[in-house]
Amino acid sequence: MSENRFKYDVLVIGAGGAGLRAAVEAREAGLSVAIICKSLFGKAHTVMAEGGAAAAMGNVNSNDGWKVHFRDTMRGGKFLNNWRMAELHAKESPDRIWELESWGALFDRTKEGKISQRNFGGHEYPRLAHVGDRTGLELIRTMQQRIVAMQQKDKKEFGDAEKYIKVFAELTITDILKDGGRVSGAYGYWRESGNEVLFESSAVVLATGGIGKSFKITSNSWEGTGDGHALALKAGGRLVDMEFVQFHPTGMVWPPSVRGILVTESVRGDGGVLTNSEGRRFMFDYIPEVFKDKYADNEAEADRWYNDQNNNRRPPELLPRDEVARAINAEVKAGRGSPHGGVFLDVSKRLPAEEIKRRLPSMWHQFKELADVDITKEPMEVGPTCHYVMGGVKVDPDTAAAVGVEGLFAAGEVAGGMHGSNRLGGNSLSDLLVFGRRAGAGAAAYVKALDKKPAVTENEIARAKKRMNTPFENVGGENPYSLHQELQTVTQDLVGIIRNELELKDAIKKLISIRERVSKVKAEGGRAFNPGFHLALDLENMLLVSESIALSALERKESRGGHTRDDYPKMDSDWRQYNHLTKWNGSGVDVEREEAIPLPAELLELFEMDELKKYFTEKELAKGGK
Amino acid sequence: MSRNFKFRIWRGDAKGGDFKETQVEVNEGEVVLDVIHRVQATQMSDLAVRWNCKAGKCGSCSMEINGKPRLACMTRMSTFEEGETVTVTPLRAFPVIRDLVTDVSFNYKKAMEVPAFEPPADLKPGEYRMEQVDVERSQEFRKCIECFLCQDTCHVIRDHEENKESFAGPRFFIRMAELDMHPLDQIKNRKEMAQEQHGLGMCNITKCCTEVCPEHIKITDNAIIPMKERVVDVKYDPIRWLGSKIRKREGI
Repeated sequence: MSENRFKYDVLVIGAGGAGLRAAVEAREAGLSVAIICKSLFGKAHTVMAEGGAAAAMGNVNSNDGWKVHFRDTMRGGKFLNNWRMAELHAKESPDRIWELESWGALFDRTKEGKISQRNFGGHEYPRLAHVGDRTGLELIRTMQQRIVAMQQKDKKEFGDAEKYIKVFAELTITDILKDGGRVSGAYGYWRESGNEVLFESSAVVLATGGIGKSFKITSNSWEGTGDGHALALKAGGRLVDMEFVQFHPTGMVWPPSVRGILVTESVRGDGGVLTNSEGRRFMFDYIPEVFKDKYADNEAEADRWYNDQNNNRRPPELLPRDEVARAINAEVKAGRGSPHGGVFLDVSKRLPAEEIKRRLPSMWHQFKELADVDITKEPMEVGPTCHYVMGGVKVDPDTAAAVGVEGLFAAGEVAGGMHGSNRLGGNSLSDLLVFGRRAGAGAAAYVKALDKKPAVTENEIARAKKRMNTPFENVGGENPYSLHQELQTVTQDLVGIIRNELELKDAIKKLISIRERVSKVKAEGGRAFNPGFHLALDLENMLLVSESIALSALERKESRGGHTRDDYPKMDSDWRQYNHLTKWNGSGVDVEREEAIPLPAELLELFEMDELKKYFTEKELAKGGK
Repeated sequence: MSRNFKFRIWRGDAKGGDFKETQVEVNEGEVVLDVIHRVQATQMSDLAVRWNCKAGKCGSCSMEINGKPRLACMTRMSTFEEGETVTVTPLRAFPVIRDLVTDVSFNYKKAMEVPAFEPPADLKPGEYRMEQVDVERSQEFRKCIECFLCQDTCHVIRDHEENKESFAGPRFFIRMAELDMHPLDQIKNRKEMAQEQHGLGMCNITKCCTEVCPEHIKITDNAIIPMKERVVDVKYDPIRWLGSKIRKREGI
């Protein structure tokens, strides 16, 4: 089959927040840009983000600022974060939010008419810019409309709206093409026709989002198959710290068909409390030592905090997500769960019905229509769901350039490092904007500095073609749907929220046998809009991700953030010195250890010594961050 | 707890197609999309269907269920009687690509024709001040998840291909209303554009669009009627007409 060919300066894979922001930046730098959407334009998983975008604008509490935000982010990530990314993120988020307003976004307002900011887990002050509980939709629609505005301008100027920026909807990229060590383009297929497509492009920005579909219970849609993670690995990039997977504490648990769908953290930020089957507000029993000075240990103080944040400690429902998820897991295991295997989350006794509907409209809607539960009158049942991967493509913080492959960039969830071992709620939407912009700028600068464009070679095309045809040529191969379910069961049961050596080794063994079968999966039917064919190709990506997680998790012999080992239940400061790097070895992946970059003195000084002692070794502190 | 249903699923492409019937077992709490996925995983692995979030937030799984435009992820099986036949067909107003997937590019073309938000020249990012009550009207329209069910049901285009050229449809009337009501948008003749360039006048307010909106946006009452009324005011009131020629008027 011959393929469509296109030529662009920059190819952006992924049309969620990070991809669209990168595309805007690259176009503004004067380059031609192609945006690849796996779905229709405007449907990317960013629309599911509910709570808000964290940015220290200080609109609600003027004590807030980038240093406070930076500290919260590092604490949330248990100090394993790439500090430079956390620093850039904290400093640049306000500008990224404000510019959205000039593109037409309409955030909720404060009494002074500024952008309102709400409380969220792990954030010291009200910090999340929001629109009710549909902030992600606002973000993606604003950027979608920004792209359209740029196209309208191009139409006026050049007579062709798509001359310099074009959206390729329902197209999947399966391979990055290279010329020597440098990116020369990408290969993929139109979902509609199944026809093959070749992009010649010297810079590729990965903005493909997450990996949730490797797990059985997830808040992610079908698109979260780790495509960018796999593309980067195979192109010669590295994945950093893949053991850290965030299980959001509150997913729906009933009915079964909606198990895993997200219940926004704003429910807790706006006063919702977690109780077990005995009616006990159990989070008070789970405040870890490192957080004792910041979180209330009694209900009276926790309740006072909602009205007076300067003189009270925060309610423990607002601990970072990893802590809350583990606590819920423990309550259910101890037999104190709700009827359908979760715990209760109740906002009905905390706010008047009308206020709940105003602040949490889509939650009200979601529970009413999908579970027959009226959250203004009764509690929700919730439990952990695979939500986000902290690990991802290792990048240079300032340019978002992928380490190990010239011309490859990554931003958003597919990139790793920013969030350390655990991401704070609200830090994802701002991450998309800050590093989406940086990736677009990084790619543009790279392309402009090239003296000779890398070429797409026939060998590379042949390699990509072969892979695409395999599912149709596999006579008697397995059904991709059932193999996918098997993969999800292995990761969910053996590489899930609580891990141990025996189960991880078992998982790795099972993944090896699944690897053999994945290459023989058979697609029935033709090429046109054939979900079985699409899944057959996505399966290998999910497998690579699962292997990366399992191998990294086996190596890390401690518990930290989104990685909990019941055979090594404590956080160990020695392990904070290391990141794990996953590399493609030609047939699977290997994981190796790399020394983490120490915090520079000026950032270390932002913390109290007493706090640092909880995370750093004596030796490190003696050196003073040098 | 499982119940049995007969599903009739339309399968085919632009050249034509037919219904495929199948018996399915349905579990408690399931929605139509769950059933379609089960059929896909066990009986028709190449059954084409769009979906993403499965929570009514992305507007991808639009189709017609027993003839009504619906989101498959928000249509609970408990709303049907056991033994009832459930018929699933692609959106009728748009060309079929394959099975339940249609070509909705009409909507993206129309989106391109609505001039974007024009920011005030004298305000830098960060300097915007707007009252909550002033943004709420536009926020209602920004809840739109672009499922295009309103476009599908609108009888101006549902069976009238010939009207598509000159009619933007309810989704884009709320977009125009949203910008028109935006406290800081600098384009002041959006209502007139809606009337003259986007076919607002062809709508005869039957409210079909409002009825199918999964976000419960009051498309007709809050967007279309107010724009129609004010456009009429400006057009037929001689003093207002004169005023509009003398100086730019705000908020009409």
